[in-house]
Amino acid sequence: MKSFEWVDARSIDEAAALLADTSPRKPVVAKAGGMDLLDLMKEGIVSPARVINLKSIAALGGVQIDMSGMRLGALVTLAEIERHGGIRSHYRALAEAAAHAATPQVRNAATIGGNLLQRPRCWYFRNDHFHQVAKAEYSEHQHHAIFENEQTVMVHASTLATALLAYDASVHLASGAGSARTVALKEFLLPPSMERERDTIITDGEILTHVSVPAIQPNTRCAYHKQTERDSYDWPICDVAVVLQMKDAFVASAKIVLGWVAPTPRRAVASEEALVGREITEQSATEAAAAAVAAATPLPKNAYKVDVLKAVVKRTILSAR
Amino acid sequence: MSSAESFEQRSLHAGIVGETLQPVSRKVPATEPPEWPTNAELQVVGKNAPRMDALEKVTGRARYTFDVQLPGMLYTRVINSTVPHARIKSIDTSRAEQYPGVRAVHVLERLLMAAELRDSSAEADERYPLVRFNGQPIAAVAATSARAAEAAARLVRIEYEPLPHVTELEDAMQPDAPAVFPGPTEQSASAGGGGAPRGLPQKGNLRGPSKGGSRGEIERGFREADVIVEGEYRTQVQTHTPLETHGIVADWRDDELTLYSSTQHVFSVREEAAEVFKLPEEKIRVVSDYTGGGFGAKYGIGNYGTLAIHLSRKARAPVRMVLDRREEHVSVGNRPSSLQRLKIGARSDGTLTAIQLRSFGTGGVAAGAGVGSCQHSMYPCPNVSIEHYDVFTNAGPCAAFRGPGQAQGIFAFEQAIDALAARLQMDPVALRNKIDTRDADDVRARAAERRIGAEKFGWSKRRAPGSDPGPIKHGLGMAQSMWPYIVNSYTTCELRISGSGSVDAFCGTQDIGTGTRTVFAQVVAEELGLQPEEITVHVGDTRFPPGPPSGGSRVTSSLTPAARNAAYAAARDIANRVAPLLDVKAEELVFRGGRIEKRDDPATSLAFAEALQRAGIETLVHRADRRDDYAGYARKSGELNISPHAIGGVQFAEVSVDTETGVVKVERVLAVHDCGRPINPKLVESQILGGVIQGVSYALYEDRRLDAATGVQLNANIDQYKMVGARETPAIEVHLIELLGGQSSTDARGVAEPANVATAAAVANAFFNATGKRIYTLPMTPANVLAALRSE
Repeated sequence: MKSFEWVDARSIDEAAALLADTSPRKPVVAKAGGMDLLDLMKEGIVSPARVINLKSIAALGGVQIDMSGMRLGALVTLAEIERHGGIRSHYRALAEAAAHAATPQVRNAATIGGNLLQRPRCWYFRNDHFHQVAKAEYSEHQHHAIFENEQTVMVHASTLATALLAYDASVHLASGAGSARTVALKEFLLPPSMERERDTIITDGEILTHVSVPAIQPNTRCAYHKQTERDSYDWPICDVAVVLQMKDAFVASAKIVLGWVAPTPRRAVASEEALVGREITEQSATEAAAAAVAAATPLPKNAYKVDVLKAVVKRTILSAR
Repeated sequence: MSSAESFEQRSLHAGIVGETLQPVSRKVPATEPPEWPTNAELQVVGKNAPRMDALEKVTGRARYTFDVQLPGMLYTRVINSTVPHARIKSIDTSRAEQYPGVRAVHVLERLLMAAELRDSSAEADERYPLVRFNGQPIAAVAATSARAAEAAARLVRIEYEPLPHVTELEDAMQPDAPAVFPGPTEQSASAGGGGAPRGLPQKGNLRGPSKGGSRGEIERGFREADVIVEGEYRTQVQTHTPLETHGIVADWRDDELTLYSSTQHVFSVREEAAEVFKLPEEKIRVVSDYTGGGFGAKYGIGNYGTLAIHLSRKARAPVRMVLDRREEHVSVGNRPSSLQRLKIGARSDGTLTAIQLRSFGTGGVAAGAGVGSCQHSMYPCPNVSIEHYDVFTNAGPCAAFRGPGQAQGIFAFEQAIDALAARLQMDPVALRNKIDTRDADDVRARAAERRIGAEKFGWSKRRAPGSDPGPIKHGLGMAQSMWPYIVNSYTTCELRISGSGSVDAFCGTQDIGTGTRTVFAQVVAEELGLQPEEITVHVGDTRFPPGPPSGGSRVTSSLTPAARNAAYAAARDIANRVAPLLDVKAEELVFRGGRIEKRDDPATSLAFAEALQRAGIETLVHRADRRDDYAGYARKSGELNISPHAIGGVQFAEVSVDTETGVVKVERVLAVHDCGRPINPKLVESQILGGVIQGVSYALYEDRRLDAATGVQLNANIDQYKMVGARETPAIEVHLIELLGGQSSTDARGVAEPANVATAAAVANAFFNATGKRIYTLPMTPANVLAALRSE
């Protein structure tokens, strides 16, 4: 790791100004929990000249839930989300996603903002060797995308994004002097790339201030499942979030989101359509799961992910309550 | 020992305590102490004494090599190759040398660990060692800070002439594959084992076959068989992941070279340093207070140590070289992969008629990828045909790894025996009762272990394969272990007892986390009637008398008899001096409960320290050796004495298999083991827990992945190189038997490797019982499991 300067930002405006003052020769990066940033710096993939610490900005914290929905400050930790009673009862899929991320130690430090902004866990991306050579060939793609994998086989790493997409979340970006914009999460995330510095639309000098989630309707059932090889600390083979709007015993509308199987979390539209108007049964869940994977285009070493995803979609639908 | 030494015929006891203990007659050196009774009758040995260094470790006082700080010490960074196969045209270190804080730069002249050309002239004109794997160490920088060393290392310019490379076993076996070496090679062993038989043919990357263990007529054996089972098994490369990476602090002075080393054998470090640097061994001192784990790869100085010593010599300052996790995965050893074609023939009653093995394995640029000896030595069979081949690839060198060869071999072999049982519609335990019949201690041990294990595990509740109706299927399996009982020659212990009653025990072995200090103290304490904490143990220093390497499961078997012999001699010496004070004969004195007392009359006694004082003792020094096993050895080679009696071990596993996601969980393991006389059952249990955990990790997760295009290891970290974590650790129950052999003054044997050998096979056999499908490929990842479940 190379030497760098450290600045504790006191306000969003100050942080935005500091972050805008970046250049290829003197890169400036923001740090919240620092979990991903530290890894990237240790691997030599990111070498900032200056690190702006956002943890010193109180305005970036806090969870608020009211009639209009939920606001999650960018510095809210995964552990807070996991334990928050309101989130657990209203946004269970999100609480589950947080509870199954990383390790208890990491969850205590990692923030929702950092989680959404983290870089891919692809083992080519994480090795500085492949940042120094011409395009990598990606022959070891056991953990890579089975959908939309023509341009890139990398998958976005955030598992909270899988749940947040199912809840129609938006992110709020501030760029100082009161200037801000709100972007739907699905527009915010970009397919991962080694050539870009980020896998989102955030620009230099912008700060992710908070995430907002619309209010949950009555008669909503939701579930989340992250499928891993190991139980203790593992990246997913796939993760699935399901949010179902029920009318009596029937599904009125459905959001089914698949993570770690496409460059960004993917709405399983065909699967949603297969469920609408039906009761949740073994039969309907099986058909919805089959629809979820019908368009898969697996690579030579990751066809198993199609089978795993199918099982997980079915199980997650059946566990929604 | 002098040939004039007298031996006497003694009646000793052998067998399983509580079951089959029988008198045996042995020819024993007259100086050997009398036979110990069973553990139940001893005071300290056989008891769960707490680990002596536990407090040092949990308080952080224990000094690992990682912690060594010397005045003026320099930090280092290694420059590793970034290509998998190349000729180095030039190396420019000038900019690195000028970087602020840099004190020395060194370029390696020779590569250790890799195989060496039989005819070195083929590469005699090369200015630098050829690069044969991505991550191969080339040079290193020493600087006043780690950061300066890292920055300077980036300034070293290396110009490569790339050569074609191959990283996959089956690609490398093709006749037109790029050749890793230009001609035939030899591979010497380290003190931890490994190496390959000399003089074998080599064609391209294929070296072999080695046919050791073959006998009889294989075709006839298959003709006589009523059933034949056949399979092709694959195991992965497992890398070494001890908590403490390889490391050395080298301090070159005019009069002496001192090396602080994270090692499994301080003497191997001295030996290799002497050889590489042409120094007399007495000018080299190696210290290893604590080693943070070692599984077979921590011997000698290696390439990193060579660099550290050169840098220390050039900079005239101590140099610290501790590898990072990536280097640890890539360049300092691994368990080779294997592809094993195994065919077994048997009569309908289970009697084996033929065993045929053809194995291919790759240890990267090093040879030694054979798959063990179990196929020809475990079960009697008249017709055996063995062919082991090494396949060179452009990948980091293999090294010994807990049960080298045998862990891979048993995975296939004990599955094949399980498959045979299924074909014969016999219970797998019953089949082994039928065929595990050699005349040896391990055979008798396994017979008891199968019986005890089957009962404790609930084996009778085992159902037909694939009985569970739902997607998650449960199953039970078992597998057996065999590992040689090894004794190290040249093991000497020294005791120094002062008049104040303090007892210091010395041996140049080392404690790599297994509890060697504790068992050493227990044995000495038993003989002197003291408590283990009253003995100050000194290990991990080449200034001490020679001791065994912490490898080959041979420390306890080698060290404890020497320790007891020295303590016994000291006790007899003390008894002779104290007897007149108590007005008794020396033979009547016993050491018990901190006192020296008259046998059958505890009132006639003195406290240990008081007795020494009253006898006017200033310092007593006694040294004694580990004597050869009383009944001799099957084989001796160098320091290695191999008993005709191996170490057994039987493990039972219960697994669940999610047939939709391919996720396998090992729910519980019962490990029933023998290690001669257990000196400290709690430490033995701890070793076995570690072995089972590592075995589960090998069975389910660990898998080095190389990028074929670049030879880069993609998961050279502990994030994507997956190992068992707390939640995947099964419920493990350990049961130990106490087996005496009448072979040495303690009759202790090792257990480190036996604990690891059978686990993957037991899990695989449980997988079969759960699903009705065999898993031929390790690790049992969802990808491999789903493929197995879909196979015919």
